[in-house]
Amino acid sequence: MRVLQGIVCVIGASVIIFIASRVSGDVTLLLLPPDAQPEQHEIMRRELGLDKPYVVQYLIFASKAVRGDFGNSYRWQMPALQLVLERLPATIQLAVCALIFSVMTALFFGVLSAVYQGSWFDNFGKIFALLGQAMPGFWVGLMFILFFAVKLGILPAFGREGYEHFILPAITLGWYSVAAQTRMVRSAMLDVLDSDYIQTARAVGVPKKILIWKYALRNAAVPLVTMLGVYFAAMLGGSFIIETIFAWPGVGRTVVDAIFARDYPVVQAGVLFTSIFYVFSNLLVDLTYGLIDPRIRYVR
Amino acid sequence: MAVREKIPLLSVENLKTYLFLRRGVVKAVDGVSFQVQERETLGIVGESGSGKSMTCLSILRLIPEPAGRIVEGKIILDGTDILQVDEQEMASQVRGRKISMISQDPLTSLNPVFSIGDQVGGPFRYHGLKKDRKGIREAVVDVLRRVRIPSPAQRLKDYPYQFSGGMRQRVVAAMAIACGPRLLIADEPTSALDVTIQIQMLQLLEEIQQETNVGLILITHDLGVAAYICQRIAVMYAGRIVEFGDVRTIYKKPSHPYTQALLNSVPRLGEKKKRLFNIEGQPPDLLNPPIGCAFWPRCDRRRDICQQEYPPTIPIDREGYASCWLLT
Amino acid sequence: MTSQSAPARNKSSIRWMLRFPWIPMIILFMVFSSALLGPIITPHKHGALNLGLAMKPPFWQENGSMSYPLGTDNMGRDILSRIIMGARITAIVALWAIPFSGAIGALMGMIAGYFGGKIDMLIMRLVDIQMSVPSLALALILAASLKPGVATVIIVIVVTYWTWYARIVRGEVLSLKERDFIALARVAGCSAWSILLKHFLPNIFNTLLVLATLQLGSVITYEASLSFLGLGIQPPDVSWGLMLADARPYITVAWWVIALPGLAIVITCLGSNLFGDWLRDTLDPKRRQL
Repeated sequence: MRVLQGIVCVIGASVIIFIASRVSGDVTLLLLPPDAQPEQHEIMRRELGLDKPYVVQYLIFASKAVRGDFGNSYRWQMPALQLVLERLPATIQLAVCALIFSVMTALFFGVLSAVYQGSWFDNFGKIFALLGQAMPGFWVGLMFILFFAVKLGILPAFGREGYEHFILPAITLGWYSVAAQTRMVRSAMLDVLDSDYIQTARAVGVPKKILIWKYALRNAAVPLVTMLGVYFAAMLGGSFIIETIFAWPGVGRTVVDAIFARDYPVVQAGVLFTSIFYVFSNLLVDLTYGLIDPRIRYVR
Repeated sequence: MAVREKIPLLSVENLKTYLFLRRGVVKAVDGVSFQVQERETLGIVGESGSGKSMTCLSILRLIPEPAGRIVEGKIILDGTDILQVDEQEMASQVRGRKISMISQDPLTSLNPVFSIGDQVGGPFRYHGLKKDRKGIREAVVDVLRRVRIPSPAQRLKDYPYQFSGGMRQRVVAAMAIACGPRLLIADEPTSALDVTIQIQMLQLLEEIQQETNVGLILITHDLGVAAYICQRIAVMYAGRIVEFGDVRTIYKKPSHPYTQALLNSVPRLGEKKKRLFNIEGQPPDLLNPPIGCAFWPRCDRRRDICQQEYPPTIPIDREGYASCWLLT
Repeated sequence: MTSQSAPARNKSSIRWMLRFPWIPMIILFMVFSSALLGPIITPHKHGALNLGLAMKPPFWQENGSMSYPLGTDNMGRDILSRIIMGARITAIVALWAIPFSGAIGALMGMIAGYFGGKIDMLIMRLVDIQMSVPSLALALILAASLKPGVATVIIVIVVTYWTWYARIVRGEVLSLKERDFIALARVAGCSAWSILLKHFLPNIFNTLLVLATLQLGSVITYEASLSFLGLGIQPPDVSWGLMLADARPYITVAWWVIALPGLAIVITCLGSNLFGDWLRDTLDPKRRQL
């Protein structure tokens, strides 16, 4: 049932993308040099199918899209779908790395802040989270480049050759979510540490380290894990700008370039696929909840 | 019967546990002393806020920090003062191993995301009693059987929500007795249970005591429960023991006005009374406890001196005592 | 007992003064006064090119001078002036975009929540669908289609952000709908619109206000992202995001051109976040009794 809703969303998304692209009116104005003759505009318009009414255009687009034909890129004369799919793995990889980074950081800082509540570590963490939330992700990325790549020269800032190329972009992409996730983990952990069942475990002599990292953590991680899908979707959203900064060969950067070039087939294909993943990861949220909390598993 | 002078299993001497809050200091436990023998059941009776739970948390050193602190006293278990032991040794040697606790609310005492096999296996694993998975599994099944969980081997992978309240309480009991403790503390083990299940729980505790000679401290506000299973009773009020003694003596001839009031509050079958007896007044404010006897605002036989000075401890019979000016 | 209340009241007003967000207010005051006074207080004209003085570092470094306190960029423009003018644009964008998106979002949220049924489903479907498209992507596409500029940025922000307000307002309306005073108003024969305006609006106003303040930082960052990518504010207007984009090729040579505008963004966001937090805590009905 949820899947159905998701499909509706994707279809709706495609409509929105379509409309947004066409809002300006005549595309050919931007594609042809300014001194082109009106007839050339006409020819191009007909070639690209832009002379038909919008509804017809959309239907043609949709029917082709379902079959996997997103048309050819205006710039590269290649199927738009192929362009997008080639670059999709790079984006997914980056998003996954970013998610791993943010979750690990959030768990580490969140748990320790809760356990040592009120200590300098906790206060330091709070201030850091506050600052982190105020800093725009892309600026952080630029600062990282400035500091690590330019001044210190130890980490690469462009491209995707080796695993060290992942470090700066992944941290920057994950940056957006770290503050919120840390706060969530800390707050959940504080609640759990106060609970009766942790007291029971303490009373039977479970050592402190295991108490925190095995027993309490599993309970505190529940809200975070259920939101993983949402955070992954957020990473996908942030990929547009982060990939542009780090020259990362992923869908995000491709779409941004395509938008500038008014290369609509690529734009449509790229954003639509990102939307599909977006919707998909939000759906995944419900499924993961059942895995973590055994009570829900059986209620279905 | 000759009185045997045994070395007590547990000896609590002048225990004082205070809570240092922003608003002031709460003297939750203010000079409590008692002893528990092997195979004996001591009941601690009182209202909420009397300090009974805090006393037992203090024995296990589980009081909430940093606000709470044991400021004075000795707790001697089998000859060793466990207040001097460091935290790590406390966790690995004492808690769960020599002293165990069954807490009050079975619905929240078990971790919802771990199976009961995992949780009951915890004590075995962390006290090093069993090393391999098979050994732990067998031990868990065995202890679950002892607490009368049906078909324990099949239920190891089940989660707490799949058990009823009474069963969950038994699982908690299993965790407590897993490593064969010398002292068991049961904090209101029956308060959250149905009346019919309560008896079963008490019987279970008795069986465990007979099997293992464990000393039992039972905390309760229910006098009927206390009468059923305890040999001696300590009545607590505002952080102190106001009366102590053999269960029969206390029920037949209570000496302290508070104890008398408690007993009068329990309606008895066959008695015709127009109104239920109620103890007047409110429980004491522990931030600003009254000077003198803490019970004097609610006592119907109070004298002036009760307000000025705390009453001395007057011995009663062989082992009992009470703190009241009326007895002098 | 009565003698205790007088000192208690003094104590709580002192506490109120201590808790008052002085620093965020100062920050916000600085930003908005830059916005208002703009061209009057800039030491130089923000667009004045002076290639001879290009790439001067800030005054505390060697080669810098107090006449260009924060240095100059690659075209010799004074960075401090540009930052001040950037504050102006930011303020304009925020002051238009936030009320509009809030109003539209609140309206949709109220309609959806109050009337329920098919209308609710329709509106929420719309919200879901729009939220399926990554917001920045949608913004970029829109901005490219319409001509980039201040007006476009405002429109794009409104289109992207109304959904947040709609969702939250709908939630509030749903919880208020069942309350007695609404039923009484209905019984009294008030029309739906008057109920919405006179009864719901005052109650959700607080939430709206807090939400709007907390959105300020997000809107600023959003505008900066758009401008950075080139689809937001266009020259000769200045925006902090635009300054960052201009500075990017010179990152190896001049750190201040890229660090300082970003710092302006951070400080402003920090100020508005803290202010929003304070506002939320103060307006929280659970606190009002104090």
